[in-house]
Amino acid sequence: MKQEFTIIIFSENHVGLLNQVTTVFTRRNINIESLNTSESAITGIHKFTVVVVTTREQVDKLIGQIEKRIDVLKAFVFTSDEIVHQEIALYKVHTEALMNGNEVENLVRQYGAQILEVHRDYTVIQKTGHKHETQELFEKLDKFEVLQFVRSGRVAVTKTNWEQLATYLRSLEGRNKVTE
Amino acid sequence: METKTELIVEKDEAKKIQMSGSHAVIQSLLKEGVNLVFGYPGGAIMPVYDALYDYHDRLHHVLVRHEQGAVHAAQGFARVTGKVGVAIVTSGPGATNTITGIADAMIDSTPMVVISGQVGSPLLGTDAFQETDVIGISQPVTKWSCQVKKAEEIPAAIAKAFYIARSGRPGPVLVDITKDAQANMMEFDYVPVTQVRSYQPVPTPDSDKIAEAARLINLSKKPLALVGQGVMLGGAEKELLKFLEKSGVPAAWTLLGMSVMPSDHPLNVGMLGMHGNVGPNVKTNEADLIISFGMRFDDRVTGNTKAYAVNAKVIHFDIDPAEINKIIYADVPVLGDIKETLPMLTHMVSNNTHETWVKEFRACDKIETQKIIQPELYPTKEGITMGEVIRRVSEAMNHDAILVTDVGQHQMMASRYFKFRQSRSVVTSGGLGTMGFGLPAAIGAKMGRPDRQVVLFVGDGGFQMTIQELGTIFQTKIPVKIVLLNNNFLGMVRQWQELFFDKRYASTELINPDFQLISKGYGIMSEKVTSRDQLDEAILKLVNSEDAFLLEVVVEKEGNVFPMVPAGASVSDIRLE
Ligand SMILES: Cc1ncc(C[n+]2csc(CCOP(=O)(O)OP(=O)(O)O)c2C)c(N)n1
Repeated sequence: MKQEFTIIIFSENHVGLLNQVTTVFTRRNINIESLNTSESAITGIHKFTVVVVTTREQVDKLIGQIEKRIDVLKAFVFTSDEIVHQEIALYKVHTEALMNGNEVENLVRQYGAQILEVHRDYTVIQKTGHKHETQELFEKLDKFEVLQFVRSGRVAVTKTNWEQLATYLRSLEGRNKVTE
Repeated sequence: METKTELIVEKDEAKKIQMSGSHAVIQSLLKEGVNLVFGYPGGAIMPVYDALYDYHDRLHHVLVRHEQGAVHAAQGFARVTGKVGVAIVTSGPGATNTITGIADAMIDSTPMVVISGQVGSPLLGTDAFQETDVIGISQPVTKWSCQVKKAEEIPAAIAKAFYIARSGRPGPVLVDITKDAQANMMEFDYVPVTQVRSYQPVPTPDSDKIAEAARLINLSKKPLALVGQGVMLGGAEKELLKFLEKSGVPAAWTLLGMSVMPSDHPLNVGMLGMHGNVGPNVKTNEADLIISFGMRFDDRVTGNTKAYAVNAKVIHFDIDPAEINKIIYADVPVLGDIKETLPMLTHMVSNNTHETWVKEFRACDKIETQKIIQPELYPTKEGITMGEVIRRVSEAMNHDAILVTDVGQHQMMASRYFKFRQSRSVVTSGGLGTMGFGLPAAIGAKMGRPDRQVVLFVGDGGFQMTIQELGTIFQTKIPVKIVLLNNNFLGMVRQWQELFFDKRYASTELINPDFQLISKGYGIMSEKVTSRDQLDEAILKLVNSEDAFLLEVVVEKEGNVFPMVPAGASVSDIRLE
């Protein structure tokens, strides 16, 4: 059965790593629904957050292949209930729409969005939330014509209270030095 | 390149010496114990070639005739010695010509380092003359790769490359070095790499899993061991035999597991897979336990996976966690270095013989011998068979030569009929099935093991894919023995056309040149045999020749390799005709 998985990958911060990671997906014809890369909490270590819709069996194989890349330290896979996740969306609308009546303003309130910037011609609204929430707001706002819309990749933290990589790194320190 | 932070630095006491990046390349190779490299020069690698000139007494460079040849030769060298093979090439076309060999080494887990020249760093990304993004191109087919743009980073990059290439599950690594990095001066300081923080080459064995494996083996009535190249790469041949002899478990081998066990070992029940033996294929579905050692359940081995090992639990020994459950679900996965895990297993299994079970394999052998092997090896009809040539060459070499093959019918025939006494005696392109692999790989193999006979079996198709390497033989005088099995067809493809495409022989017939004339041009002695009665004498010449020798045997045009598990069929449905 296909379901949504969030994969969190920790890697060295080298040029070309994104390519190394994404080819593992493309080779297996698995579509990346969302991708975010950033520094992790550990200095010098990069973090990828990837969302895919696939089967448990496929995702386990995927993790194996990702971890096989030399520059990848560790990859973890989570179902949605194991993480707290967010996306951020920006909407650019005509300022006029905001001025003519209070419907837009009401939407902003109702959806817990924020007005980031008001310009003579346009206004930028920001909303964080899950994809269906930001999407819903988009559809509502589009009645007033959304000039630009963008949604970020998913970012996520795990519900367990320790950074899993830190544990992994500690286990590395205890590992035998030479392994040939 | 940010290698520095990842290395465990053991301070080298040796004085730091000023030198150019290109000298540092050579010095680093020497530090890794390399004394033989294969390569081809060109603009972007010229500083390294210039430095090679100063080291010709310590670092032997073999000039091939095409970069593909350099990589395949490095593979041949690596496969017979267990050391890292090295190839050096220029940027652009030089680098792209290595891709087939790199992909071949990747899928066959061959340790190799390819050093490619690159345009000067200011020119990167400008479509400069002979610039290609070789890192991007090679990324999916290398175990690791890196680009070096600063002279001072060369030693660390090469040290890391060698460590990654040979540790854990071996594989090819590419180091791309810009021309300015080769030319600039630096302080040479070599620190071998012994650990990379993001890379765990050998998983720690789990003794509970091994105990569980032993328990299943002790309970099993019909166990079958599958032996892959992993046993050879792990240097665990003796450990394997100890296990087999104590447990009495019969063992079959994959194409790359060939020669791990002596051919005449009583528990050796033959080859697995599409053109393997009847016994191990059919018995895979009768076995109640499959124990795989360092093999990856390639589709040419399993056939239809849904109809594979249907009655068996599976124990899978591997060094690579990504192989577990990739193709076949493992009831008991055992990760780790096989040289460590196998003795632990042997210790826990009880003494046993599976006499009746092993006899069942021998019964299959009987049928196969009668129907296929006997007529192939001892034909009475007119027309030389590939099998009889292979049998006679193996005999004449006392069943103790290194076998190199190209790809096609002759490869399968050689795998079926060549015999072995010692491990690391086979070089063949398994996973990629690269035609043109054989001739250069044989050159590398002979250079790696000059003390042993190296015999190449090659088809008339594949021979012409890298035939220019005869020039390398001519120049180096390397005594490779070549047996050209000429059927004037792309035989293996023709066989498929015959069996599955209504004998529509589209573009598989070859109008061939005079191979003896070609070999004469390259100063290589040759003999051509067209009838059976000339065969023994010609083979004797081949075996006894001090120099390279080409024996062309005109074989039956439309011979077929049997048995055969048709692609996608179950291993039980192996066809005898
Ligand atoms: C580079 C490459 N191209 C194409 C193939 C497909 N192929 C596999 S076997 C074969 C025929 C080989 O013919 P030949 O070298 O004459 O050997 P034979 O099968 O006759 O022994 C071909 C074309 C391949 N394996 N490799």
